[in-house]
Amino acid sequence: MNLFTIAVRNLTYRKLPTALTMLSMALGVALVVLVLTISGVIQKTFDRTSNVGYNLIVGAKGSDIQLTFNTVFFLSQPVENIQYSYYMEYMADDGRQKEYERIGGVLKEPERSGLYSFLIKGGFAIPLCMGDYIDTFRCVGTTPDYFNLLKHGNDNDLDYRFAKGRNFVDYSDEHGYFEAVVGSQVAAEMKLNLGSEIFASHGAAGGARHDQGFVVVGILEPTGTPNDRGAFVNIEGFYLLEGHVAPNRDEAGREEKGSATAPERDSKLSKVRLPIEKREVTAILIKTDGMKGIGLQRQVNKSKFAQAVSPIGVISGLLNFFVKPIKWALLAITSLVCIVSAISILVGIYNSMSERKRDIAVMRALGASRDHITAIILVESVLIAVIGGFIGWIAGHAVGPLSNAWTEQATGVRIDFLSVNSIEELFIVPGLVLIGILAGIIPALAAYRTSVAKSL
Amino acid sequence: MLEIRNLKKSYAEPGGNKLLILDIPQLDIGQAEQVVLRGESGGGKTTLLHIISGIVSADSGSIRLDGTELTQFSESRRDRIRADKMGYVFQTFNLLPAFTALENVRLGMTFARKKINAERGKELLHKVGLSDRMHYLPSQLSVGQQQRVAVARALANKPRLLLADEPTANVDPANQQRIIDLIKDVCRQESVAILMVTHSDEIANQFGRVERLEQINRAFADRIATSEQ
Repeated sequence: MNLFTIAVRNLTYRKLPTALTMLSMALGVALVVLVLTISGVIQKTFDRTSNVGYNLIVGAKGSDIQLTFNTVFFLSQPVENIQYSYYMEYMADDGRQKEYERIGGVLKEPERSGLYSFLIKGGFAIPLCMGDYIDTFRCVGTTPDYFNLLKHGNDNDLDYRFAKGRNFVDYSDEHGYFEAVVGSQVAAEMKLNLGSEIFASHGAAGGARHDQGFVVVGILEPTGTPNDRGAFVNIEGFYLLEGHVAPNRDEAGREEKGSATAPERDSKLSKVRLPIEKREVTAILIKTDGMKGIGLQRQVNKSKFAQAVSPIGVISGLLNFFVKPIKWALLAITSLVCIVSAISILVGIYNSMSERKRDIAVMRALGASRDHITAIILVESVLIAVIGGFIGWIAGHAVGPLSNAWTEQATGVRIDFLSVNSIEELFIVPGLVLIGILAGIIPALAAYRTSVAKSL
Repeated sequence: MLEIRNLKKSYAEPGGNKLLILDIPQLDIGQAEQVVLRGESGGGKTTLLHIISGIVSADSGSIRLDGTELTQFSESRRDRIRADKMGYVFQTFNLLPAFTALENVRLGMTFARKKINAERGKELLHKVGLSDRMHYLPSQLSVGQQQRVAVARALANKPRLLLADEPTANVDPANQQRIIDLIKDVCRQESVAILMVTHSDEIANQFGRVERLEQINRAFADRIATSEQ
């Protein structure tokens, strides 16, 4: 027999009160772990979306948050568009020439040719056209480069993979410019399969539906990024939809009436494209090599045409401004639950003191010192806190895997038993021991002061 | 082995006066000697056992156990002396309800600093005839069995002195003699001195030496004299 086994035996003898006190502590710790897990999932989701695979977004002058939200998360309304020719400034001379030959049309401001191309050497620029919806999901007009060049994952090293089908191509003999790739959630919710035809509605979800549809040729594997909720169509087909033609403008920027007309096409498979001067883009995703992004961002922001924002900076700012304070607030609330649990330990043990006075006096008569008795009570208190806390820790972590069916679908983050844990959890064990000691001090003092002669 | 000299103990009365309970000029108990202490209720018998065991401090006087003066020790040191050298049998057994018979006996050696073979618990239970009840809780034992466990517990730390406070008061007559025989026999075998408080003439007559507290306690004589005035 030692002090530990005496404490254990005392606890097991009072099974029900001990179990109830442990339960309250378990509940408190489970809540703390749940808060940490949920904030971990949010953090991971942010991390994944922060690692967007590009370091700058270029768009029309305006709100940087709106540009980021719209481009990265497919939320908020799109900002104004910018000219396609502006996008071509990110191409080197030969690339710009090839683009001109591929698309055709009139190139204005030839003197600004390839202005930023040297800054993205080794990287890429991918245009996005936004504003339409497929059902309730964002319709994104882009080039095949979106899935050929962009990567995702925590280390930005994962290619986009297709659960079914393939990436769309610039032109296919089967579908012309009208091919689409959809994210996993879009496919699941709209019950889409390869060969399904999807129709964009103009301007807003539920808006006027375009007559021309896109054929789904690829369905993405879940990525845990907003792309799971996107429908990506060939930008060439996107431009050919009604209302997607930019009007001619005079030098003052005034629209030329009747100029916003699409070129004549004799069939769906026609190879006629919208000319360059009638094209606009909503955003350009830029990946630069090394530190060139900072210089590029500064240069773009100095220009009168567009702004460049760093999505990681904007997302981190939002995370720090909104999510982290909420996490700390929730942790404070759940910590209060633990304190309440500690008080219940105190009350539980303290109440048992009156019925245990005789036992304490007997142990004292058998030679136990006051320190022995104090230690036994403290060990009991710490055991309740630690065992209850451990049960709560397991319960808190078990919720994650049990909720994976929903969590993985909604966030793309899979929660294994120990996958989402944070540095704060390291404080749980010493915290529980401290709580146990604090909760045990008052009953231990009562035990310490027990009069042997009066209690025998 | 135990030498008591000029031991005094008084308690504060509700009115604030001090009531002298014990004033014992001399009481000696030899090695393995078996002594019965008799006296009226409220005469201070239990208080004397508490003072000898160190549970309660004396006001003045001297208690020497094997030549070691106990009254000058701090409470924690007295606790250690009690854990190492004394055994205590209570009137109401006072077995801890959460512990089995064997665990209760082992509790008696838990706080001693000397090394005691863990098997001693089983040996003692065997001696008191409870080999087959080792893992029973006190609530599963009869009153007589409980007191036998209490005797085994008091001897678990190989004490030099066993203090027994009316150990048969709550035991049925059939078991009283068995308990007394047990205490006497085991203490004789292990050379343990006994100081036993009892009201029973029948039990007292079985001991070679019987002390009446009224005779060794001058405080009693003083109280009588005061009340007669």
